[in-house]
Amino acid sequence: MTAVESSTKVVLGGTRGGPEAATLRQDRWWLQPVITVSVLTAFVIYSTWAAFQNRYYFVASPVHLVSPFYSPCLASTCTPGSKIGFAFSGWTLSPALLILIFPLGFRLTCYYYRRSYYRAFWWSPPACAVSDAHGAYSGETRFPLIMQNLHRYFFYAGLVFNVLLTYDAVDAFRQSGGGIAMTVGTLVLCVNATLLWLYSLSCHACRHLCGGGVKSFKAHPLRYRFWKFLTPLNVKHMNFAWASLVFVALTDVYVRLVASGALTDYKIF
Amino acid sequence: MADVTMRIWRGDSSGGDFENYTVDLSEGEVVLDIIHRIQATEAPDLACRWNCKAGKCGSCSAEINGKPRLMCMTRMDQLPEGPVTVTPMKTFPIIRDLVTDVSFNYEMAKRVPALLPPPMPEGGYRMFQEDVERGQEFRKCIECFMCQDVCHVIRDHEENKQHFAGPRFFIRYAELEMHPLDQNDRRDLIREEMGLGYCNITKCCTEVCPEHIHITDNAIIPLKERVVDAHYDPVAWLGRKITRRTKRSAAEAAVQPAP
Repeated sequence: MTAVESSTKVVLGGTRGGPEAATLRQDRWWLQPVITVSVLTAFVIYSTWAAFQNRYYFVASPVHLVSPFYSPCLASTCTPGSKIGFAFSGWTLSPALLILIFPLGFRLTCYYYRRSYYRAFWWSPPACAVSDAHGAYSGETRFPLIMQNLHRYFFYAGLVFNVLLTYDAVDAFRQSGGGIAMTVGTLVLCVNATLLWLYSLSCHACRHLCGGGVKSFKAHPLRYRFWKFLTPLNVKHMNFAWASLVFVALTDVYVRLVASGALTDYKIF
Repeated sequence: MADVTMRIWRGDSSGGDFENYTVDLSEGEVVLDIIHRIQATEAPDLACRWNCKAGKCGSCSAEINGKPRLMCMTRMDQLPEGPVTVTPMKTFPIIRDLVTDVSFNYEMAKRVPALLPPPMPEGGYRMFQEDVERGQEFRKCIECFMCQDVCHVIRDHEENKQHFAGPRFFIRYAELEMHPLDQNDRRDLIREEMGLGYCNITKCCTEVCPEHIHITDNAIIPLKERVVDAHYDPVAWLGRKITRRTKRSAAEAAVQPAP
């Protein structure tokens, strides 16, 4: 047995050639970072504003609608009807602030969003074959970026939220006076829950935990089937990431407009 | 036939500059055809590396209009109108004109601990189709090293070459880590000495791969998750304790079986 000489210095062979330019790309490489910055900034501004509003997040009639930014509503000050069993009695701020760290953490540590914001906000690099904007680079090897490795825990938390938001979507079929009904709001909550499930199930950590982590598929046939089911979803992870992000904000907008009386939640049946 | 202006980097380690060549362009030609025409007509000393002219040998990697591409697979009619810029790969030391010294990659290749199979059972080793298929994608690599070239970890930070294997070798590590017969555990090695943590998954390697290997999604991220299993996941740690599985150290993993 011979050890690999991993401590040997790499022989680089000489100086680099080519022009000293940040990039020679002639296409519109800047367009994608501009779009990413625009959409993510708009989302952060809107969600921060919505989280601090502390009103218009629950509709009682004709069906129960709860904004995803406030579900589960865990403060004792929550609007009656929007609460689940457990409540914090001493919390006086917006109840959204109690829970948003979990979906926020899930998206912040998501492999797809990392790609997007490292490129668009941190310019590391802004686009392929365009110079990195930083003199030194340590990647995700040091604090705080080493914390990106906690992604799977936010994924677990995200699953809990998906279950709760699915419950909200099912609850949105319940008429306030009894019986079953469906409104545009019900449909909005169902689409929102579906997109969040697709985003979570297409997650790279989910794919790894369900089957990607095994050495032999033959030895783990059930996990192989999970992995095989999740792989096509994983290919679409970027699409689900954007769709679920935009739709969760639109869901809050819809519930807010209905709760404030600016919009009527029309019944489908 | 139309004319096209080629802006080609001419020079070596002592310096260089662009030189313009105006050449005839025929239908269906690729950049490598034009380079050959320039060699045949105006600049017989223009250096470029090529071999198969079919996108399978990975020799003619260069940067065309600023993006790493194979010269033999880049059709002239798919490039935007105007002068076409051809430069050597930026990440590697220049030898001359469009030829670079890619020995960094061979150094990194030497450091990959080889497959460590169990003793041969009676009847030989057996692998099942689903396990064979998993690694098949990684074996499509033609070693054009464009993924290494575009990776900003070493493209923009020369100092990282000492401790960063790069995307081409992460797919090799992934292939070995996913091999059902392999008994080596390279996770510590990948984290501590091969610099997996330097990758911030901007996916440029995947974008430039001429074989369309999903380098980031199918190799780098699964490796990162395996490193999380070994180092950042207390639940996995507890699972290992209960099932009495061990995790080899980097030193143990960095051992190659004798030839």
